[in-house]
Amino acid sequence: MTMLRHTMLALAAPLALTACGKAPDLDQTGARPQLPEQKETLLPPMKIARPAGWNGAAPSVPQGFTITPIATGLKVPRQMLVLPNGDVLVSEGLGGSAPKLRPKDVIAGYIKSLGKSGTKGGDRVTLLRDRDGDGKYELQTEFIGGLNAPYGLALINGDLYVANQDALLRFSYRDGATRIDGPGEVVTKLPANPNHHWTKSLTASADGTRLYVGIGSNSNIGERGMALEEERAVVWEIDGESGAHRTYASGIRNPTALAINPATQALWAVVNERDELGADLVPDYMTSVKPGAFYGWPYSYYGNHVDPRVHPQKPEMVRKAIAPDYALGSHVAALGLTFLTGGGFGGNYADGAFVGEHGSWNRRQLAGYKVVWIPFTNGRPSGKPRDFVTGFIGPDGKARGRPVGVTYDPVRRALLVADDLSNTVWRITPAR
Amino acid sequence: MPAAFPRGATTALHPIHSILIAFPVALFPGALAADVTYLNSSEIQWSNFAAWLIAGALVFTGLSLAWTLVRIAMRRAGGRWLAAMLAGLFVFGLVNAFQHSHDGWSSVGTTGLALSLISTVLALAAGWIAYTMPGKVRP
Repeated sequence: MTMLRHTMLALAAPLALTACGKAPDLDQTGARPQLPEQKETLLPPMKIARPAGWNGAAPSVPQGFTITPIATGLKVPRQMLVLPNGDVLVSEGLGGSAPKLRPKDVIAGYIKSLGKSGTKGGDRVTLLRDRDGDGKYELQTEFIGGLNAPYGLALINGDLYVANQDALLRFSYRDGATRIDGPGEVVTKLPANPNHHWTKSLTASADGTRLYVGIGSNSNIGERGMALEEERAVVWEIDGESGAHRTYASGIRNPTALAINPATQALWAVVNERDELGADLVPDYMTSVKPGAFYGWPYSYYGNHVDPRVHPQKPEMVRKAIAPDYALGSHVAALGLTFLTGGGFGGNYADGAFVGEHGSWNRRQLAGYKVVWIPFTNGRPSGKPRDFVTGFIGPDGKARGRPVGVTYDPVRRALLVADDLSNTVWRITPAR
Repeated sequence: MPAAFPRGATTALHPIHSILIAFPVALFPGALAADVTYLNSSEIQWSNFAAWLIAGALVFTGLSLAWTLVRIAMRRAGGRWLAAMLAGLFVFGLVNAFQHSHDGWSSVGTTGLALSLISTVLALAAGWIAYTMPGKVRP
């Protein structure tokens, strides 16, 4: 009976937390986010915003800016790249092939699918061209086909690099091309088995000699077994010539976008942190990626906050773990990162970064579903995130869109936002 | 229980009802064994096994309970203890299924082990009640 009572208490506690779990408003952005107690409730807090169309409406942008769709009918657009001639490339794909190992995987997969468009990934890169510079991209054409869930894109010295979910490919790019045929050259294979987190983010070093690829974990916190986590939750540094790689940083759960900070030329990333420790854990983050650094996953988060679900635990790894630079908020699901260059939009938007927040499921009150602006000074974040593109959740609580990649076009002074729910690319420019 | 099956006697439970009840009787102890193995080995596949065993046990516990309730309603026959035991088993099993949906060590831990232990005891008790239920003896 003692055992029974003990168990009943153990069960009642998390249920009670679910019932009255209105947490006080926490400050979970910036350099020192508030990290509440872990709450492992019997069922995790969940909310999925069901999709609905824009019906001619558009996301909201601050006064002084206008937003227009420049491409529609895409097949799950993810990341973008602005070419020297102003053409825009868009990667389209939906990867991952992780087997369903337990009943939860089946149910969670169904629940998450309710918040998606249902479109099959294009497995291609689309080119958008604005011939006359009027802000209308009249050409929308398949640039590279036959890819395997492409995500990250980079251009170095006439070579176009595409990060498929299983390999980094190189294509020779001629200025003005509207199509590249052929399968491309495999620079290196990328860890792809089984790709629980499949997106391979990509950027090139400022001098163009190195490529960085973000490789997400194969699980939430290692629950598929740590054998699958070899070379996962890491950033690779790859020599573009030889394809040789080294692990540049590790314990970095899901680095979904990489970018070079123009002020310091350091590598920065946005990273999605772990789920199911409560609505307010663990904040996703943006950080400079320090060579050789270990960011804690799966053993701990934000330095030495130990995750009790990982067993056996490794205190020596927890001691090694460093905290990231800047928290973005819990479950915002940051998937896009771009820095402004050349004075940006001027005014309040001259020096800083935009972050695309896709939104996630592990919260009753939706977080993310917007693009935020983070001001920088001397290469470091110097203020709180401010909403820049909003209105992805309509007044009816349904999702019109979900932002993924964000890319600043320095030639035409525009911010591009890929929206993988409405399959649109949005373009935001200062109003004339 | 009489030592010999009397001539003219019928079994208390329909054979299919008996088979349905056999599943939780077998699967819940199986889940307990898988849990113990996981806690001893940290090998996550054992927790996955336990999760499937519990899910399967729950389905058949639900069917067994439904059959028992229909039987009570239709024949006003006995079986209330069996129904109570299966209902309790379903509740604990459902909570345990949610517990096992947690990730890593939290999928079992102390709570999961306790729930599997309770489910096992309830399943064996339900089986005992079911299989010792007296049948009617036709004259």
